[in-house]
Amino acid sequence: MDIVVVVRQLADLVEELEVNDEGTDIDRDFVKFVANEWDEAALEEALCLKEAVGGTVTVVALDEPDVDQTLYAAAAKGADRVVKLTGHDPDGWVRTRERAARVATWLRDQHPDVVLTGVQAADDLDGQMAGVVAAYLGWPHAAVVVVVEPAGNELTVTQELGGGTVATSTLAMPAVLGIQAARQAPRYAPISRIRQAQQSTTIEEVEIDEPAIGAVASVRRLFPPPSRGGAEMLEGSAAEVADKIVEILRARGLVRA
Amino acid sequence: MSVAVLVVSERVVGEVPDVTFELLGKGREIASALGGELAIAVLGHQVGELPFGAADVAYVVDDPALANYAASAVEAALAAVVEAASPKVVLMSTGTVGLDLAASLAARLGAPMASYAVDVATEGDTVVATSQLYGGKLLAEVALEGSPAVVSVIPGSFAADAGRVGGAPRIETIAVSLDGAGARGEGVREPEASGVDITAADLLVSVGRGIGSKENLELVQELADALKVPLAASRPIIDQGWLPKPHQVGKSGKKVKPQVYLALGISGAPEHLEGMRSAGTIIACNTDPKAPIFEVAHYGTTVDLFDLVPELTERL
Ligand SMILES: Cc1cc2nc3c(=O)[nH]c(=O)nc-3n(C[C@H](O)[C@H](O)[C@H](O)COP(=O)(O)OP(=O)(O)OC[C@H]3O[C@@H](n4cnc5c(N)ncnc54)[C@H](O)[C@@H]3O)c2cc1C
Repeated sequence: MDIVVVVRQLADLVEELEVNDEGTDIDRDFVKFVANEWDEAALEEALCLKEAVGGTVTVVALDEPDVDQTLYAAAAKGADRVVKLTGHDPDGWVRTRERAARVATWLRDQHPDVVLTGVQAADDLDGQMAGVVAAYLGWPHAAVVVVVEPAGNELTVTQELGGGTVATSTLAMPAVLGIQAARQAPRYAPISRIRQAQQSTTIEEVEIDEPAIGAVASVRRLFPPPSRGGAEMLEGSAAEVADKIVEILRARGLVRA
Repeated sequence: MSVAVLVVSERVVGEVPDVTFELLGKGREIASALGGELAIAVLGHQVGELPFGAADVAYVVDDPALANYAASAVEAALAAVVEAASPKVVLMSTGTVGLDLAASLAARLGAPMASYAVDVATEGDTVVATSQLYGGKLLAEVALEGSPAVVSVIPGSFAADAGRVGGAPRIETIAVSLDGAGARGEGVREPEASGVDITAADLLVSVGRGIGSKENLELVQELADALKVPLAASRPIIDQGWLPKPHQVGKSGKKVKPQVYLALGISGAPEHLEGMRSAGTIIACNTDPKAPIFEVAHYGTTVDLFDLVPELTERL
């Protein structure tokens, strides 16, 4: 089974995010970029599928800050090929629609059985990747996928519907899946193995022309949510805060005096 | 009168979910502003007596191919409804159905789309959405020029009452050929009943990725034990295999409503908030003072959970 995994970089949400001077994007100069966590799940599921039924895993990403590191890590975990798509501003915000159109352009010349990507990324303002890639290719798709099983020339997938309910469906291949969780937690690649991959792996570079993407949402303003008052902050040392919390629980009769 | 707003009914099994009525309520406002009808798309098989809420017109695709949910089949049905209704705005949720179909529908139509919306309004003919980005750390105000404007809304963003008020909508039945959709639904499974029931507890100790590792869970388990309450968790804890699924709070986990919810090392992503925001009192411990959880919490502390939790356990 030949599997393509689409991965991307994303601002680390643990960092403070500042809005740029134009007020329409985050200030990318001081942000740490990390791999999108759901893409990591997609890669894990791809590697598990390959281990189960054989085949290849190709990982593709757009050129973005620190993406080489993510691609080498994928190679260290067992990806057979790593590909970087260029032809856009690597330091700017590439919206999902454009990202998907670029990936779809490249995918048209590939012949995968299945394309896996993360169910979402935290800046998917104009929609989630899997469905858009599928729309551009005319392939079936499913999002919020937690189980993928090949069955002949079809795939049986299980999607979460919320509240623990799941739906199973069968898709003709090739299909595009937005992975919510892999069958196991993403494996870890030790730094020594990533260094080794760096020596032995070539990142293929492919230039993609600017695609036409139709009407998209235009950002007028990006801003931190207005505080609705929010929490009353409990100040003091850990011991003092603990006293206050126990007091709150006691007042509600949840711990005995 | 033409259709201004089309709401996609997100029922897959069981009852029509609240979010559909939330969208109908908001849809009514937008339809009035745009001077058109409010429509609902109902896609399924033997849909029977489903409520259409406040809709003026219901577009029904009733087909055996929709008896079991399969994204591509539902999408083909929805595309047919959109063609028939030619709405100015399509409202879905960022629930599974919206996550599945909203973006692909918009891409196919070459139409503008906003995801993770928490508000939708109009300025003249332009639809303006406010969307949550970066796990709720920032909001984006976006203009959607072009028709239809597709908006997927975070469940819980609007009140459901106005959308529930039922009328007697005109029914338009749409026939579609779904043979070539490339997908077939196999069925739906409800969650298995299990020993722990985090929805029954008056007090929950809930832990997130801030706990760092499986070994560290012992620390919060001791606190939960001392309080004689179950340990709940955010999704990453479950996906890592550190706790079983019945402990998960949120969109794809359980909806809980304890008197007190103690959130330890949880950032407050919209999907987590969906499961716990109606707790009586929310106490959040998070070292990041800008964590979105502090917006819904009643009490907060930026003390490190590794310092706080042992102090709490000691006092019980
Ligand atoms: C379709 C879908 C469904 C989903 N369903 C759910 C769901 O049901 N439930 C759910 O929870 N999520 C769900 N998610 C995932 C959700 O988007 C978030 O990824 C998740 O809620 C994040 O969990 P977290 O807050 O534990 O982790 P993070 O967002 O990583 O937050 C960890 C927090 O811990 C803090 N921290 C770190 N160290 C410490 C310390 N020592 N002391 C105190 N604080 C510390 C950090 O500041 C950070 O804010 C879903 C996502 C999708 C796409």
